Amino acid sequence: MTAHLLILQVIIPLVSAPVCLLLRGDRAAWAFTLTVSWAVLANALLLLNTVLAAGSLSYAIGAWAGPFGIEYRVDTASAFVVLIVASVGAVVLPFAYKSVRHEIPAERIGLFYTCFLLCLTGLLGIVVTGDAFNLFVFLEISSLSSYTLISLGRDRRALTAAFQYLVMGTIGATFILVGVGLMYMMTGTLNMADLAERLSPVADTRTVRAAFAFLTVGVSLKLALFPLHLWLPNAYTYAPSAVSAFLAATATKVAVYVLLRFFFTVFGVEFSFEAMPVGQILSMLAVVAMLVASTVALFQDDIKRMLAYSSVAQVGYIILGISLASVTGLTAGIIHLFNHALMKGALFLAMGCLFLRLGSVHIQDLQGIARRMPWTMAAFLLGGLSLIGVPLTTGFVSKWYLVQAALEDNRWVVAVLILFSSLLAVAYVWRVVEIAYFRPARRVSLRVAEAPAVMLVPTWVLIGANFYFGIDTSLTSALARRAAETFLGIGT
Amino acid sequence: MEALVSILIGVMTASAVYLLLRTHTFPVILGLSLLGYAVNVFLFASGRLQLDSAPLVEHGLKQLPDPLPQALVLTAIVIGFGMTAFLVVLALRALGALGGDRVDEGEES
Repeated sequence: MTAHLLILQVIIPLVSAPVCLLLRGDRAAWAFTLTVSWAVLANALLLLNTVLAAGSLSYAIGAWAGPFGIEYRVDTASAFVVLIVASVGAVVLPFAYKSVRHEIPAERIGLFYTCFLLCLTGLLGIVVTGDAFNLFVFLEISSLSSYTLISLGRDRRALTAAFQYLVMGTIGATFILVGVGLMYMMTGTLNMADLAERLSPVADTRTVRAAFAFLTVGVSLKLALFPLHLWLPNAYTYAPSAVSAFLAATATKVAVYVLLRFFFTVFGVEFSFEAMPVGQILSMLAVVAMLVASTVALFQDDIKRMLAYSSVAQVGYIILGISLASVTGLTAGIIHLFNHALMKGALFLAMGCLFLRLGSVHIQDLQGIARRMPWTMAAFLLGGLSLIGVPLTTGFVSKWYLVQAALEDNRWVVAVLILFSSLLAVAYVWRVVEIAYFRPARRVSLRVAEAPAVMLVPTWVLIGANFYFGIDTSLTSALARRAAETFLGIGT
Repeated sequence: MEALVSILIGVMTASAVYLLLRTHTFPVILGLSLLGYAVNVFLFASGRLQLDSAPLVEHGLKQLPDPLPQALVLTAIVIGFGMTAFLVVLALRALGALGGDRVDEGEES
């Protein structure tokens, strides 16, 4: 059984997707998807457990041994990201039932859950695969299903948002394909471990440098690195609430993982950060992302759009950590990967609760809503605190590591800018809190009741996790450090 | 033949970029397909261009085209086809729902 854990991680949701399509009725489709997502989570936990004991795990598909067959390979970092994706999926689905029923026409709900499962398959596949081309295929599976999910949004502008995302995403995927093709041209292999060995003798060629550039730009488009983030705000704003929460917490994280995989495993840290100037470029873009996106977030009246811009800023923090290419920096990046999934997941779920009751998340419609929906707004407030990085929350842990990494590298200015961008986060979170808590309620919202418990519980589970992992950091920081050390080739 | 193919890929990519920068959905869809074609031809050509050679292996022949890029391109074509189909449907739905075919239809600028 343990031998097949790795492939089951992908096969379970993949096989379930067509089955889900055959089910009659939205309740059956939802219950089925929920069961599958919990099975996926259980599998992910077992996988992490096995990997922590064994170091890494490899699976040859169809018993065709690598480098000729497609190999799936999982180490600490990938098992950690698999766990993030699987647990966000498992938390979002209980929430999805009411939210999806409210936002999506009944005849499309079966299709919605099918696409959800396919998206889960794609995201998990990207993380577990050890084959560069297979990664591209899974990337396209997850992308195509997420375009579909976004286009199902109730607002008609969701169609335009999905269109823009599709065009940008496909350009990104095309870049990745060219990069993989160029690597194959130079080495004759697609297996990542094999690529890593064969690339270093030919590293000083124009083809390999071009491959590196294509991959970096393509993946940066997918992870919404400033200034390639333009698809993200619309996509997250107009997507159905459950989809915003799921994608905000997983899709960009998986893209960051792909970047890490290519930088550190395939090309190697010497090539990526010494032969190529990617460290300087990325850290500059990351700092600009932090400042510009946070400032833009400050002026958004749609709260989902505000959170979307805040996501761009948070991706900036993650990339900043990675661009330092030190153990502390990488640990900060990976730990923020996890923490940001928790806080953005929670905040977007709170948005879903508001949207269910108010039909809008425009700031004007939130006046005095805290009295009507105290639990939802309390969740938003606590999630916001984590976003800012107040002590005892996960956000604080991330920023602590990040500032430490910046200081270790003697980058005082960067450390100050990190703190400054946190102040911007204070401002945009406070703006919502002030309106929701201290303004008199509008007459329309007087009849509004608190969101149902099935939606509040998942939201609060994520909020609870924000505080749990903010206080007891031993698990996450140990995992992140171990993953960082594996990437840098230090330690076990 | 290599020179011809590379010029072809260059022209296709340039046209694709031009079309992608248009404001209406249809040229953008064409541009994206064209970009896909250019990349596919590029990958295909990377397996060596050769006429009248064996599909996989032949005794006595040292220089054979690599079959793997062809398999990769086949996969990429299928994915690209799915993307284009969805993109066309999406553009048509947007045209119906929003009454226009600009790529930023419905956004207040």
